[in-house]
Order: sequence, then structure tokens, then C-alpha cells
Amino acid sequence: MQILKCHIGVGPAVTGEALVADDNFSARYDLDRIKGVFSRPQHKLAGQSYRDKILVLNTAKGGVATAWMLYEMQSRGITPKAILFNNANTILVQGAAMADMAMCDRFIDGDVTTLIKT
Amino acid sequence: MNLTDEEKAMHDGAMGPVQQWAIDHQIKVGRFFDAIDMVPVSQAHMMADPESFGDAGVAFMEDMVTAGAAVTIPMITDPRGVDLNHYRPLGQTETMADLERRFIAACEAMGIMMTNTCVNYQTIMPPVLGDHVAYGDTGVVIYSNSVCGARSNFEGGPSALAAGLTGRTPRYGLHLDENRQATKRFKVTVQPADLTDWGVLGAVIGRMAGSYWEVPVIEGISHAPTSDQLKHFGAAMASYGSTPLFHLVGITPEAPNLAAVGGDHLSATEIGDADIASLRSQFGRKGDKVDVVVFAAPQLSIVEMEQVARLMDGQRMAVPVIVCTSPQTFGDAKRMGFVSRIESSGGTVLEGTCFYNQYAREIGEANGWVRLLSNSAKIVNILGGYGYQPALASMADCVAAAAAGEIV
Repeated sequence: MQILKCHIGVGPAVTGEALVADDNFSARYDLDRIKGVFSRPQHKLAGQSYRDKILVLNTAKGGVATAWMLYEMQSRGITPKAILFNNANTILVQGAAMADMAMCDRFIDGDVTTLIKT
Repeated sequence: MNLTDEEKAMHDGAMGPVQQWAIDHQIKVGRFFDAIDMVPVSQAHMMADPESFGDAGVAFMEDMVTAGAAVTIPMITDPRGVDLNHYRPLGQTETMADLERRFIAACEAMGIMMTNTCVNYQTIMPPVLGDHVAYGDTGVVIYSNSVCGARSNFEGGPSALAAGLTGRTPRYGLHLDENRQATKRFKVTVQPADLTDWGVLGAVIGRMAGSYWEVPVIEGISHAPTSDQLKHFGAAMASYGSTPLFHLVGITPEAPNLAAVGGDHLSATEIGDADIASLRSQFGRKGDKVDVVVFAAPQLSIVEMEQVARLMDGQRMAVPVIVCTSPQTFGDAKRMGFVSRIESSGGTVLEGTCFYNQYAREIGEANGWVRLLSNSAKIVNILGGYGYQPALASMADCVAAAAAGEIV
């Protein structure tokens, strides 16, 4: 087992299957939150289910809606188990804190989207 | 984090469960971003549309009210997702409207002012240089930071609420001097003219900046832009890059010159016609059919309302035209006759909403809208994920396309 170290995060300890892409993330821009899939055609995970996965992505993009959306997604149980970023933004962290979802970033070994495979 | 005695009392529950939730949320976020302490804020602004918060968010807000929640600083709201005076014609349901009504009732019970605007820096109370605030809506934050010189991070709905309740926010990110220095330098060799040009330039820079933690400094703009131009510029930059702050050398208050923001130590990337054309080429071409034309994102100022009304005068639109403005501007636009002029040409003016946070997927499906045309570089970026094929054109070309039914 390989251990990767990162900055202090938020949320509980979780175990799960990784879904990795060198791409960015916004719940509003990229997801069909009812079906639980990436819906934005240009996203590298387009068409893939994120439910119960540990998403591994580069950074956050776009707007503030994701903060409420993670909480709403968590209430319906159609949500990733965790999201790992190279660099999170404030919205994603605020949303994870609200939803009690595991999230962390700033991995000291380098680009987390290459350190972890799907 | 270093907490004051009052903040410790909040966290211990001595000031009740509402303050305890709020400060606990802020401490979690503050630890993630290495905040040393909290900073008092003068205003909070909350993004909250029903598509985002859903049943769970409304229930959360109602529980907060039951627990005695009351804001302690002036707190205002971003656009709503449902215009309660005009939702059935859009295909929005009673369920959507009821969520909105319940959310509004909860906000009002806490003392939140339902301003329902993403252009509060034009219409409510613009922040001033050095003013620490807790604003939601990326367009509001980037404009307030960059053009006003205020200090705010992107505060999502729950965090803006927490700030409204405690009157403070964790001191991290853009509240700190060191994070407001430029990290990327751009030299513009084209001069944007209309609002869409400004939006496209913002989009190009946002995409190149690429992260919340990058601060672009931009040289080469030859004249002071208008507030509406900077509104589109910033909103697009924030949308494409998650960027919360830019500096325009000689124009924005923290960058009287390049050195003031550390830009003299950075090598410059040129942005020219090819970069602008490349971005535009992703969003439609002449002859494409149009299902709906949307003016929104950000909400229109009174100046834009007059421009749209004038462009539509005497014409009959072949496809629906949706115009979103703030309640403050709506009142003026109605009084001055702009609303009736737009409506008499077949357009619809929505009050206190913004198209993309109005259940965009559902209203698109209900009305058969796929090919959407707008002059907003921000909205065409967002709506690709909602099942639309978005296209971009100037305000005048959007109106001409709406009259013709295709991009002209």
C-alpha cells in the first residue's frame, strides 16, 4: 500500500474506488445530479457515474452553487464518497464542510491525478 | 485558529446552536486554508437558488429559524431561481415555486434582505477599498475585489449564511495582502469594444489563469471601461477560471502601476485576435437556428435594459427573448417604459432571477429550447452542462437573430 500525504482536509475517513481525470470540477457545470453522472460533453469523465466514487481531479472551477449542491446531493445519497484535488477552491471546501464529505488537496508527492489511477 | 472569547463561546454552544453551527463551519473551512483567525465583515451576500439547495437546503434553513437564527450584519441575496410573478409560462412547477417560497420565508425570518441580485455593486451598497465582506456569486466577488478593492473570498451559500450569523469570516485567501499580488501577467493587443468582447476577453484570461489561486494582472487596455463592461469581463473570467480577483494596470484601485501588484517580476503572455477568435469559435456561427435568446448572467443594469429595449423597438421577435434583471432595476425599467417596450416586441422580462439558476435544464426541456443564443460569455460556458447548444453574439446581433430565428 502506498501512502500519499496532503494538507489537512475536511470530512470523515472513507474507503472506495477512485475515478481520476486530469480535469476540473463544478457540480453545476459538469454534473447531471439526478442521474449521478458527468453530463458536460467536454468533461473527460463525460457519461461516467460518480456515485460512491472517490473523485480525483485537478482543481475546482466556476461558481458558488456547488456549496449548496454537495449538501443536496448528500441528502439524496447520490454523491461521490470523497473528492481529492491538486488545489481545491473555497466553494468546494465550504460545500464539503457543510455536507460532511471527505475532501483534501495539496499532495506533497506531486500531481494527484497521476499518482492515483482509476 | 486563534479565537476570541466571544468566538470560543459561540463554538462551545454558550450562544446557542445556531451560532455554534456557524462558527464550527467557519473553523473547519479556516483550518483547511490555514486561517490564523477570523476577520469582521461588513456585509454578507448569499447565493441560494432552489435548484442548488433543494429540499435538503430548505429544511436546513427552516431548522435554523426554529433554532432562533438571526443575522447580525446586513445580509442580502443573489438572484432567485423562480420569478414568482412569472414561472408557469416557463414550465416551472408549483413544487419549484413552493421551495422558493419556503426559502424566502426562512430568510426573512432571519432578517435577511431579499435583494435577489448579482449586481449589488451597481444597485445596493458597493463595498469600498479595503472593506472585508462575505459575498456569494463569483461575479459579485470578482467585481468587488477587483474594481472596488474590497476583500472577499467566494463564499458559497452556507458560508455566506455563517458569516451573516457570526458577523465574521475566516481570514484566508483574498482577505490577506499576500494573496492579492499578481501571479500571472497578460498583455492585451486587442481593444474590446462591446460587452461581449469584454466577456470573451475575460473568458480567455480566466481559462489561462485556470485556478482560484491565480491573480491576473492585465496591461494594454487603453481606456477606462464602463461598469457594465467590467461586469461582463469579471463574470466571464470567474466563470472560466474560478478567478476571484484581477488587476487592470492604471484602472483598478490596487494597480496604479504594474509594480504595485508585483507584476513587474512576471513575464507577460500576449493575448491577441487569435485567442479571442478561438474562444468565440466554440459558440455558434452565422446561419445556425436559434430556439431562445437570453440576456442575463449578470443581471442587466438600467443602461443595458435601455439598450435592449431600443434594439427591439418596432420589431417582432420570431423566438422567445428572456431578459433577467434585478428587482431594483426592474422597478426603474418599468417606470421608464423599457419593460413594456421589450414586452411589446415579444420579449419577457424576469425580475430577481438569472436564467442559468432557474432550473435551466427543466425549462429547456419544457419549452424545447436547445439552441440558446446570448451575449453573455458566462452563460454560454455554464449551459453546455445543462443540455443546451449555446451560442454567443453581441447584444445587437442577438436581437437581430431573435427577429430572424437564426444567427445573422
